[in-house]
Amino acid sequence: MRNHFPLSEKRLENHFTDEKPLYSDLEALLEANRCLFCYDAPCVQACPADVDVPVFIQKIKSGNLRGAAKTIFSTNLLGVSTSRVCPVEESCAGACVLNEQNGKPVNIGRLQRYATEKGLAEAGRQRRPLFTSGPSLNKKVALIGAGPASLACAGTLALGGVTPVIFEKGRLPGGLNTTGIAPYKIDTESALLEIEWLLDLGIELKTGRHIGVDLPFAGLLTDFEAVFLGVGLGKDKFPGIPGETETGVWGATDLIRKIKNEADFTIPASMTKALVVGGGNTAIDIARELAMLGMPEVDIIYRRTEAEMPGYPHELRKAKQYGVRMLENLVTREIRKSDTGRLVLAVDHKLSGEKTDLEADWIVFAIGQASHVAKLNPRLKTDDRGRVSVNPETMETSVSGVYAGGDCVNGGKEVVNAVADGRRAALQILKKISSET
Amino acid sequence: MADLKTNFNGIESPNPFWLASGPPTNCGEQIMRAFDAGWGGAVWKTLGDPIVNVSSRLAAIDYAGKSMSGLNNIELITDRPLLTNLKEIAAVKKKYPNHAVIVSLMVESREEWQEIIRRTEDTGADGIELNFGCPHGMCERGMGSSVGQEPKLLEEITAWTAEFSTIPLLVKLTPNITDILDPGVAAVKGGAQGLSLINTIKSIIGVDLDSFVPLPSVRDKSTNGGYCGPAVKPIALHMVAALARDSRITVPISGIGGIETWRDAAEFIALGAASVQVCTAVMHYGYRIVEDMIDGLSNYLDEAGLSSVSGLIGKAVPNFMDWGSLDLSFKTVSKIDADKCIGCQLCYIACLDGAHQCIHTHKGDCRAFHGKSDHGAGVRDCIADPVRHPEKDLKLLQVPFVDEEECVGCNLCQLVCPVPGCIEMVER
Repeated sequence: MRNHFPLSEKRLENHFTDEKPLYSDLEALLEANRCLFCYDAPCVQACPADVDVPVFIQKIKSGNLRGAAKTIFSTNLLGVSTSRVCPVEESCAGACVLNEQNGKPVNIGRLQRYATEKGLAEAGRQRRPLFTSGPSLNKKVALIGAGPASLACAGTLALGGVTPVIFEKGRLPGGLNTTGIAPYKIDTESALLEIEWLLDLGIELKTGRHIGVDLPFAGLLTDFEAVFLGVGLGKDKFPGIPGETETGVWGATDLIRKIKNEADFTIPASMTKALVVGGGNTAIDIARELAMLGMPEVDIIYRRTEAEMPGYPHELRKAKQYGVRMLENLVTREIRKSDTGRLVLAVDHKLSGEKTDLEADWIVFAIGQASHVAKLNPRLKTDDRGRVSVNPETMETSVSGVYAGGDCVNGGKEVVNAVADGRRAALQILKKISSET
Repeated sequence: MADLKTNFNGIESPNPFWLASGPPTNCGEQIMRAFDAGWGGAVWKTLGDPIVNVSSRLAAIDYAGKSMSGLNNIELITDRPLLTNLKEIAAVKKKYPNHAVIVSLMVESREEWQEIIRRTEDTGADGIELNFGCPHGMCERGMGSSVGQEPKLLEEITAWTAEFSTIPLLVKLTPNITDILDPGVAAVKGGAQGLSLINTIKSIIGVDLDSFVPLPSVRDKSTNGGYCGPAVKPIALHMVAALARDSRITVPISGIGGIETWRDAAEFIALGAASVQVCTAVMHYGYRIVEDMIDGLSNYLDEAGLSSVSGLIGKAVPNFMDWGSLDLSFKTVSKIDADKCIGCQLCYIACLDGAHQCIHTHKGDCRAFHGKSDHGAGVRDCIADPVRHPEKDLKLLQVPFVDEEECVGCNLCQLVCPVPGCIEMVER
C-alpha cells in the first residue's frame, strides 16, 4: 500500500490498543459457524448500509474471503472502518435472532472486519482488485469534505465511470474516521489504509482546499456535473457561560482530534481531574479516552439522568469500567479560576437547585457541534437545527444538482449512516448522468 | 442398577462396549489402558502377514467448524511382528480374564488360516473376528472386502476357519455391497457364530484443490480409503437392522459404525446388536469416552425399566418395516410455537424452496401449485398476518405461519429449526 499521509509516531493515539483485534482464522470460523444463515434476516434489515450479513458470513464459512469482502463492499465501501466503529449492539448484532435464543448475538462487526481486511489483503497479494471501475463517462462530480459520506459517494461514482473530485480543507482525508473515532476502535493509520484503497478506485483528492474560502462554491456547479456536500459538522458548541474561553476548557471533538492526530500533544502529568460536559457518545468517548490515558479522575456532567442520555448504554458501561463517573442533573453556570489556578466549574442541581463548585484541570464540552453549511450557499435550505434539507430518496438538496449526506444532513449519526447517504446520492447522480447521455 | 454384562454367543464381557479392530487396539499396552478405563472388550488390530504402512494415512471431513464428522483411512492391518502381538494378547488375557479379547485375522490360504487360528487360540483369546471388510489395500491382494463382496468365497473361507477354531468365530462384513443379506447369510451358512458390521465404506474423502491430489496424500498421489465416524452411523444402523430382522440370521450381531455415545450404542442395540464396537470416537477423544457410555446406558436402562442390556436387544426391530407396510392414512401437521420462535425464518425458506410451500410470512404470499388442491394465486384466508411480539420490543421478529391445509407433514421445518421444541409435528 502507498502511504500518502505520513503521521508522527508521537501521537497520544498510539497509547491505545485495539479493543477488538482482528480475528484469527480459527476464531473467525468458529464465530461464523454460529450464524444461522437466517432468511430475510433481521441483521440486514437493521443495517443502514444494507450489508447482506448472512451471505458474507456464509462466505467466511466456505473460505471465500474475497467473495465475503465483495459482498460487504458492494453496498458499503467503508466496510473496513464501519466494521470497527459501527455500534453493532444497536444495529445488526442487536437484531440478531440469537439474542432471543441465548442472548449471545453473532459478533457481526468482528466478522466484517475479518472479511474485509483479509479479503483486501488477498486481493492485493493476488494483484486482482476486488472491483474495476466501469468505462469512463468523461463526467466529473465535485465532493466537498473527505469524510465517510463523500468517500462512499466518490467510490460509488468512480465504479460507475464518473470521475469524483474531493475537496478537503484539512491535511488528512477521512473526516471523523481519521480525526474523531475513539482510538481503541480504529486508529488513524488503519482508517487511512482504507482510504488509500478507496482512492485507488479512481478518486481525485485535493487536500488543503477549503471551498468557500480558497475556492468559491458557486463555480463548482458550472465546472462539475453535480456537487455533493459531505461537510459534516462545524466547531464544537459551548454553552455560552462565563469563563468558557479559559485555558484548559476544550471542545470535545477538538481535543479528540489532537489526541488522534497531533504530534507531541500530551496531557501534563500534573493533571488529576477532568470534567466532561454532555450526555452523547462523544462525551462518553472523550471521557473514556482521558481515563485510559491516565487521567486519575474523569467525571461526566450531564444535565439530565443517565437513563435519558443519548449515548449508548454499552459505551457508558465500558467507560465506567475505566473509572469514569456519571454526575446527573447538573446544569453548568460558570467557569472561573481557583486560588491555586485550577478551573472551577460551578453547577446547579436541576432538581434541588443546590449549587456546587467542581474543581478540575480540564473541562471538556461535548454538547454538540455547530452547523457550517449556511456559509457555503445561502440558497441551501436547512431545518431549524441547521441541517441541510434533502429529498431522502435522492439526497438532492433544495439546489438542483447539489446533493448532501452524512452529519451535515442528519445532525450527527454513525459512519454507516453517512456511507448509506453517500451511496444513495451517488446512485442518483449516476442515474441522472446516464439518462442524459 | 441395570446389568450391563454381555454374553455374545459365549464371549463374555462386563459391558457391551468393545473397541473395534483398528489403531486403538494396536498393542497390549493400549488395550490394558482401555480396559482400565472401562471398555468391556477389544478386537485386536488385524493380524496377518505384517505389512508396511504409508504416510500419511488419515483425512477427515469437518462440518460447521466441528472436526472429524467423517474419517477416512488408508492404513492396513498390523505392521507389528506376529509373535509380538500373540505374546501381548496372552499377557492381556492373563491380566484381564473377565474382559473380552477377540482377535481380528486376515490371511489368504487355507493353510495360513489353520496356522494363525491355532496360534491365536493358544493365547487364550475369547474369540476370532475374520476381517472380510477392509476396502482398501488388502482387497487389492484378494483379501478383506474382496472376500466380503463374494458370498460364495466368504462362505467357503468361513467354513475353513470354523473347522479349525474351537472358540467363537465372528465375521466382519463390508458395507460395500448391494445387499448386506447376501454376505450375512453366507457367513452364517459357513459357520460364523457372530457377525460384526459395518467395516469402513470405500471412499475418497476430498481433494486438495491446489495440488489436485486426493486426500490423504502419499507424496503426490492418493488412493481410495475406508470411511467411518459419526457420518456413517445411519448406513450402519440400516445394515444391522436388515440382518437383525431376517430369520436366516441366527447368530448375534456386533454393531459398528459411528458410535460415539451411549445413545448411539442404545440405538444399535435396539436395532438388534448384542454388543457394539467403537473406533473413530476413541481415535478422536481417547478411551475415556467409555465412562459416559457405561453411565448413560445404565441410567437409560434404569429409566426404561429394563434390568439388563439383553432386554433392549432388538426392541426396535419389529417396528422396522418395508415402505409398503406403512399407514398411508396417518397425517401430521407442523405447529410453530410463536413464543419460542426467534424469527430466523429458516423454516419458511426451507419449506418454500425445499419442500411444499406451506409456510408463509405474509398474508397472501402463496403462489404455489399444491397438486389437486391447487388454490391459485389468490389470497388464502387461512394464512394469518405474521405474528409479532411488540411486548418483547422485537419489531423485526416475525413468526412464520403454517398453512395447515397444505402442510404434508414432512418434518423439514422442524429439522431446520434451531430452537428445540419450537416446531412440533402433531397428528391431524
